[in-house]
Amino acid sequence: MGEGPLAKKMRIFSTDHKVIAKQYLSVGLFWAVIGALTAYMIRWQLAYPETEVPGWGFIAPDFYNMLVTMHGTIMVFFVAMPILLAAFGNFLIPLMIGAQDMAFPRLNRLSFWVFALASFILLTSFFVPGGAASAGWTGYPPLSAKVAYTGVNWGLNLWLLALALEFASFLMGGVNFLTTAINLRAPGMTFFRLPLLVWMELTAAVIFMLSVGPLIAGAVMLLMDRVIGTTFYLPEGGGEPLLWQHLFWFFGHPEVYVILLPGLGLVLEVIPAFSRKPIFGYRAIIYSTIAAGMLSFVVWAHHQFISGMDPRLAMPFSITTIIISVPFALIVFAMIATLWRGSISFSTPMLFAVGTLAVFIAGGLTGIFNGSAAVDIYIHDTYFIVAHFHFTLFSAVFFAGFAGLYFWFPKMFGRMMNETLGKIHFWLTFVFFNAVFIPMHFVGLGGMMRRIANPMQYEFLQPLQPLNILITVAAIVLLLSQLLFVINFFWSLRAGKKAESNPWQANTLEWSTLSPPPHANFEKIPTVYRSPYEYSLPEAPQDWLPQDLPLTSPAAARR
Amino acid sequence: MSWFPENVSTFGGEIDSLFYLILYITGAWFLLTEGLILFFLIRYRRRASAKAAYIPGNTLRQAAWILVPCLIVLILDLWIDFRGAAVWARIKGKVPASDLMIQVTGKQFNWEIVYPGPDGKFGTEDDFQIENELHVPVGKVVRVVLKSKDVIHSFFLPHLRLKQDAVPGREIHAWFEATRPGQFEIPCAELCGFGHSGMNGQLIVHTPEEYQKWVKDHWPKK
Repeated sequence: MGEGPLAKKMRIFSTDHKVIAKQYLSVGLFWAVIGALTAYMIRWQLAYPETEVPGWGFIAPDFYNMLVTMHGTIMVFFVAMPILLAAFGNFLIPLMIGAQDMAFPRLNRLSFWVFALASFILLTSFFVPGGAASAGWTGYPPLSAKVAYTGVNWGLNLWLLALALEFASFLMGGVNFLTTAINLRAPGMTFFRLPLLVWMELTAAVIFMLSVGPLIAGAVMLLMDRVIGTTFYLPEGGGEPLLWQHLFWFFGHPEVYVILLPGLGLVLEVIPAFSRKPIFGYRAIIYSTIAAGMLSFVVWAHHQFISGMDPRLAMPFSITTIIISVPFALIVFAMIATLWRGSISFSTPMLFAVGTLAVFIAGGLTGIFNGSAAVDIYIHDTYFIVAHFHFTLFSAVFFAGFAGLYFWFPKMFGRMMNETLGKIHFWLTFVFFNAVFIPMHFVGLGGMMRRIANPMQYEFLQPLQPLNILITVAAIVLLLSQLLFVINFFWSLRAGKKAESNPWQANTLEWSTLSPPPHANFEKIPTVYRSPYEYSLPEAPQDWLPQDLPLTSPAAARR
Repeated sequence: MSWFPENVSTFGGEIDSLFYLILYITGAWFLLTEGLILFFLIRYRRRASAKAAYIPGNTLRQAAWILVPCLIVLILDLWIDFRGAAVWARIKGKVPASDLMIQVTGKQFNWEIVYPGPDGKFGTEDDFQIENELHVPVGKVVRVVLKSKDVIHSFFLPHLRLKQDAVPGREIHAWFEATRPGQFEIPCAELCGFGHSGMNGQLIVHTPEEYQKWVKDHWPKK
């Protein structure tokens, strides 16, 4: 498949979608470590301001701004997207639709290497004079538009460049996902027999492609303001600071769903397999996903209720924002209904999947507060918002991501992960996640603003300090708990029990080939006879029925 | 003990009660969904004696189990929207007739406060300017004209439940009416540079007599 002699020798330049998926996964996990370290430093500073961070040292205010900026940038663009969208999408889409590889294997390789370049540039930006970007992950101008306002020069230019390259990479990836899923489906694999993860990845890819254009244009204008002296965002030259906010959030809000949908997709695969039941309302979930994707384009200004935009705009955006809860409520209800009358077992992937569901519900519900423009007057830019989006995004990225990794690790690497370590990892993560982010809501309701380096500078925040300390201690335990995953991952790679081809007795096509699959995935392209979640079908001989297994009984064949 | 700081503005209570309305609605959903999940996980845990049921939920009859709750969600959403619209319109809609107008300009990293002075006009010689101190009388509608000299700042009065960004190149009007005398903080709520943390002013709400005395002692004479 498009491999030159050099590429054959050098596996890192592979065009095999499985290798590329693992490359995305490795880079994403690397960035997750850096992101975790920034979280540790941020939390230490907030609990014990003006003291030295153990293992690092004193944190100056401008360095603190850099930490919060890079934490957001890294977690959203360099952890969530490469892992949920690129790694799982790359690995699973061809396998799940019964294809030998992506439609454009070389484009796939190019998109990874452009992403690697973006990662390299972002990493470099830490070491240039003036340090990395420090204008917030949302980079609002004028703060981000003039060197004098932050003291950061090349750090911010490189930040913009890294983001632009990353967007280019994911655009290529998105085109590939769509082309592959539309054209390379195995015989019998109709659109309504696609696993829900594939639907979610495709919807995410479409949302991303439709929303990212304006932001790329916006980023170029910001770079020009910084480098060649234009004034797109600078009022002294007739520019408009709010323009950036509209361009950024027109992309930025759909982006939330670009991350969330693949996360939910992973969970939607795991729950039926461990409940031994078909997913409840397969088509309703698909329609809901598409509806949510479309609605996501008309909610962006809820980030700007108090930005100075015309207050009459707040109500329409408040209404669309709150109504987007309906399609997500349907997906949540469908997941719960799948558990009803199932036969539920609690392997590590299932624990993380149910954990995602439990945490995501809380995160979705707190979104209603933020979406209500009047309540947002008070809670905007406070830790209530921070707590809310960690409930939604931590659940989608880490809980769902872990569910996916524990579930497909045997398929990816041919070995099983350790169950005991996995379960301990889940419980520590679940307990300490809540110990960090539940109290954070109350800190926010007390009025604590985002991105302040020292809450003790404010009299009205001083009574909240014990909570800040509690959050920090819990956060440190939460971060340390992740070492169990690291140990389990590397230990299982070398010494885990050899995996059979279908260790979870699941139905989708990737389980009908070897673990790990050979270069072209399938010895023979499978033929698909049914939808992906036919668990516990009364006519079937056992409680699962692979999509590619012919069944002679006429009743079963009709499904 | 309340989760919020003490409320000292006329409209703050409306924001707080809207918050509690949403809290009761979402709280009920939270308990219901999480409770169901927990119940199902325990009740339908794998046992040798029981097999899973085959319920794909594709017929309308079955799907009603999730569609009807969605309809309830939609109705509650709209209720929250319309309750919220009234509160929003009162606070951020048209500014009511004001007794006092004050200019507040954000700059890295202070609030510059300008009173129009005895002639009641801005931009004249008798304007009175101070930094980080906003003196107002209790029980009067105060109109604040927000501006910024450099980057975006956000004028936040946590005890009055008021927040409004100050954007360079724009004049944004906000208002409040304090309900009791006292001293409250005015932090900046939008990242504005290395001095963002600690950018903080004081709102001093006076009794009418005290306020007159403050004006007499500080403002330039006619």
